[in-house]
Amino acid sequence: MLALLAHPLAPYATLALFIVVMLVAVGAVRERNIAFGVTLVALGFLLVVNVPAVLGTGSSDVGDLMRVDGYAIFFMALFAGAGIVTTLLSGPYVTRLSPWPDEYYILLTTAVLGAVVTAAANHFVSFLLGIEVLSISLYAMIAYPREGRKPLEAAAKYLVLSGAASSTMLFGMALIYMASGSLAFESMAGLSAHDSLIADIGVAMLLVGILFKLSLAPFHMWTPDVYQGAPAPVTAFLATVSKGAVFAAFLRYATDAGILASDAIALGIAAVAVLSMVAGNVLALLQESVKRILAYSSIAHVGYLLIALIATAGIGGNAALGVETTLVYLTGYFVMTLAAFGVMTALSSDGQEADDLMAYEGLFWRRPVLAAVLTAAALSLAGIPLTVGFIAKFYVFAAGAEGTLWVLVWALVIGSAIGIYYYLRIVFTMIRKPGEEPTGESPEEPAPPAGGPEATIPRLTAAVTIVLGLAILAFGIYPTPIIDFVTGLTGP
Amino acid sequence: MSLLAVILLMLAAGVVAWASERAHANAPRYVSLVTFVIGLVWAAAEWLMGADPHGLYASQFIEWIPRFGINVTLSMDGLSTMLVALTMFLGIVAVISSWDEIEERTGFFQFNILWVMAGVVGVFTAMDLFLFFFFWEVMLIPMYFLIAIWGHEARAYAAMKFFLFTQVSGLLMLFAILALVWAHHAGSGEVTFSYYRLLDAELDPRIGFWLMLGFFAAFATKLPAVPVHTWLPDAHTQAPTAGSVILAGILLKTGAYGLIRFAVPLFPEASEAFATPAMVLGAASVLYGGLMAYSQSDFKRLVAYSSIAHMGFILLGVYAFNEWGLQGAIVTMIAHGFSTAALFMMAGALQHRLHTREMSKMGGLWVRAPRMGVMTLFFVVASVGMPGLGNFIGEFLALLGAFQKNVPLTVAAAVGIVVAAVYGLSLMQRSFQGEPNPEVATMRDFGAREMSVMVLMMLGLVWVGVYPQPVLDMAAPFIDTMLGNMTTAPDVAAAAPVATKGGV
Repeated sequence: MLALLAHPLAPYATLALFIVVMLVAVGAVRERNIAFGVTLVALGFLLVVNVPAVLGTGSSDVGDLMRVDGYAIFFMALFAGAGIVTTLLSGPYVTRLSPWPDEYYILLTTAVLGAVVTAAANHFVSFLLGIEVLSISLYAMIAYPREGRKPLEAAAKYLVLSGAASSTMLFGMALIYMASGSLAFESMAGLSAHDSLIADIGVAMLLVGILFKLSLAPFHMWTPDVYQGAPAPVTAFLATVSKGAVFAAFLRYATDAGILASDAIALGIAAVAVLSMVAGNVLALLQESVKRILAYSSIAHVGYLLIALIATAGIGGNAALGVETTLVYLTGYFVMTLAAFGVMTALSSDGQEADDLMAYEGLFWRRPVLAAVLTAAALSLAGIPLTVGFIAKFYVFAAGAEGTLWVLVWALVIGSAIGIYYYLRIVFTMIRKPGEEPTGESPEEPAPPAGGPEATIPRLTAAVTIVLGLAILAFGIYPTPIIDFVTGLTGP
Repeated sequence: MSLLAVILLMLAAGVVAWASERAHANAPRYVSLVTFVIGLVWAAAEWLMGADPHGLYASQFIEWIPRFGINVTLSMDGLSTMLVALTMFLGIVAVISSWDEIEERTGFFQFNILWVMAGVVGVFTAMDLFLFFFFWEVMLIPMYFLIAIWGHEARAYAAMKFFLFTQVSGLLMLFAILALVWAHHAGSGEVTFSYYRLLDAELDPRIGFWLMLGFFAAFATKLPAVPVHTWLPDAHTQAPTAGSVILAGILLKTGAYGLIRFAVPLFPEASEAFATPAMVLGAASVLYGGLMAYSQSDFKRLVAYSSIAHMGFILLGVYAFNEWGLQGAIVTMIAHGFSTAALFMMAGALQHRLHTREMSKMGGLWVRAPRMGVMTLFFVVASVGMPGLGNFIGEFLALLGAFQKNVPLTVAAAVGIVVAAVYGLSLMQRSFQGEPNPEVATMRDFGAREMSVMVLMMLGLVWVGVYPQPVLDMAAPFIDTMLGNMTTAPDVAAAAPVATKGGV
């Protein structure tokens, strides 16, 4: 049994097995908590049993398609953790939408399966397979509140644009195959160094698809609409697991296939990074919706992360530090993004999405604990010390400095400086008492409290957000456990 | 008690104060007060027990993030010890000055005060650049909350401006810190954030100059110097009394401390090259701050602008690179901490009683509240630079030092002292002297609680003014080492030590 669990395919097989169990169980008994419970067990099993079991085996290839190494296992743990958090957040939220939300959890587990496969992919086939399993599950999850117009619109938009991106990506893969005769990442190494126009066009088309999925400028147009339309827990999943999986595969592809050896491509990615950092932060300034603010902020954050990717190659590049930065950054980004959306989910439990910034007015006085968690998350996203976001940003700084990418580091500084304004705006809105003018004199008579009596907040959701908020602070003050874990998995 | 334990005690006390709000409305105030008293007693004890052979009064080392050579390195030399003691003392002043001003959410209020002060103590003692930046930012968020929640009418604008100025300049410093660390790494192969190791970093002078500017930007903004001072009048005016006391009394000093401890010693050649522009900024701050102060009609805003002027002397003194200038800067830091804290406390007391800060609505208050009048007069006169009080020693030494370096700028700054007398006396005249304002029928005078703090600050100023030798002695070892590392300091090395001129 133990030997079986240590097989590199075991995590994927058990997760798939759980999905089948769920399908069968749901067919036999309609009981709302079965799928919820099985999902938690499946993801918990992945995190607690599978990950430690395969951890000792080192790097092992599964055929030509997947490489289950420390890197893939790290993401397995991260995605399982994020999946568990999303499930817990979804519990009370989804129950409100449907009396039997079984299919939602099946889709969620399938999406995690897609994500872990993507993170282990070292071949175009598994890469595409993983991304599509993930994306297709997400379409349905976004549209899950069937009665709403916004979720349907968001799902349709995501479906069409994501489909277009996938086909561009496929075409790019075909061109690369034409030039290299292989679909495995490693056998493309050196391809970019040669002056092959077809290969360059292929890589460029592939990159367009990847950049779209990562919602980097100028391929970011869909992000705010989809973030805003999707239910809060699904947005959380989309912002973390979906982006994390694509980035994981992108980084593996970029380093294995050595695409950064081509100056044109390296320059193009650097330009995308700068554009994303600037555009994401500037556009976030103009938003009145918290989901849209977080959408634009996520564009900027993935832009920061590209610095780590670029730092793996180039002059003075250090692949190990770049990879380490990516893993630490994504861990931090996952925690703070999930915390922010967790608070949003908690506040959305009365059937009204807590999306408008004004819905957060005076939150500090009404719900101090949730407001404190959102403050921690916002300050963490802004990269202020004491929070894990600072450690993450510090790592990117370090990777950029190590790779002497000074232009990119400057863009990071400028982007962060702009970013502080809109993150603080969220914090300030929560401090402000309802009815008080943003900058003017305080009003003569106190305005009536906005909205009616407040809905009760599910204990489970509140508990999850508090744990995430504490994690933001704990890892911000003492990040060594994360760093040790990451270096232990990826180090020499 | 170890240094880290003191900082953790303050952080923990903050949480306790917040939680104790439920028990009793006064409980958070007592928690906070007791913590600062313990801190002050501890700092005084360390001071009196004397330094170890390395000149340190307390020190500590704990491994933190070994991956990047980051450690919790805390140590207090004479300079830090004085500033930590001042921090604790002003903590007491802040708590007492806000005793009956803040009625709302006192727990969270005291939490923020304790956390700002914990950050300040960290800044004054951190000897690891990462840790220093960490504490630098820890000071920021609670201060933001203090202004944004308990501030006056335009608090939102003031809080945001304060945060943006400090944070953006802080990012420049972070950039400079990392570039410095990686430049050191490229030369030596070692990644370390240790202040002591980075002092020896070999730098390309051109890069060194830019990195120095990164540090200078952060410290000059915090100080603040013209032209990055614009956050200060707003933040000080809008902050609650305790916030203003902390901001003016101690937060501005972190900027001065940063210049003396980090910007100059880490980049001696670059600082030397930058001395004239920095001194120009200093003299400009003195004159501009003075003129702006004179044209204010708001009591608190006037005091705020006067701070800019006083901080200009610090900039002049530091960039004179001689013992007089630096000693003058340090004495000014201490003396200004007392005098401005007292004046802001007065402004807060007046606003609490009269519900206005406009001096046109005051006038003749001396008749109504003679104790407040006497206190205001004393601290105005101190702030103007009356011999025998601390500010005089500081500004005199700073000018003496600057005179060796640049005569025209020193003359210009000396004119600023005249301007100080003008705005200082005009403040006194418009608020406490003249015809009693008929709208102010009665005004409660200072009680025993307020008077006791005021008298303590008076004693402090008289002590520094009449017998500054202990302060000079405490700062001397660091200044000597620092000047010893500078490339050119021959004119000072030959000059008589400042010790003989201490008494004035």
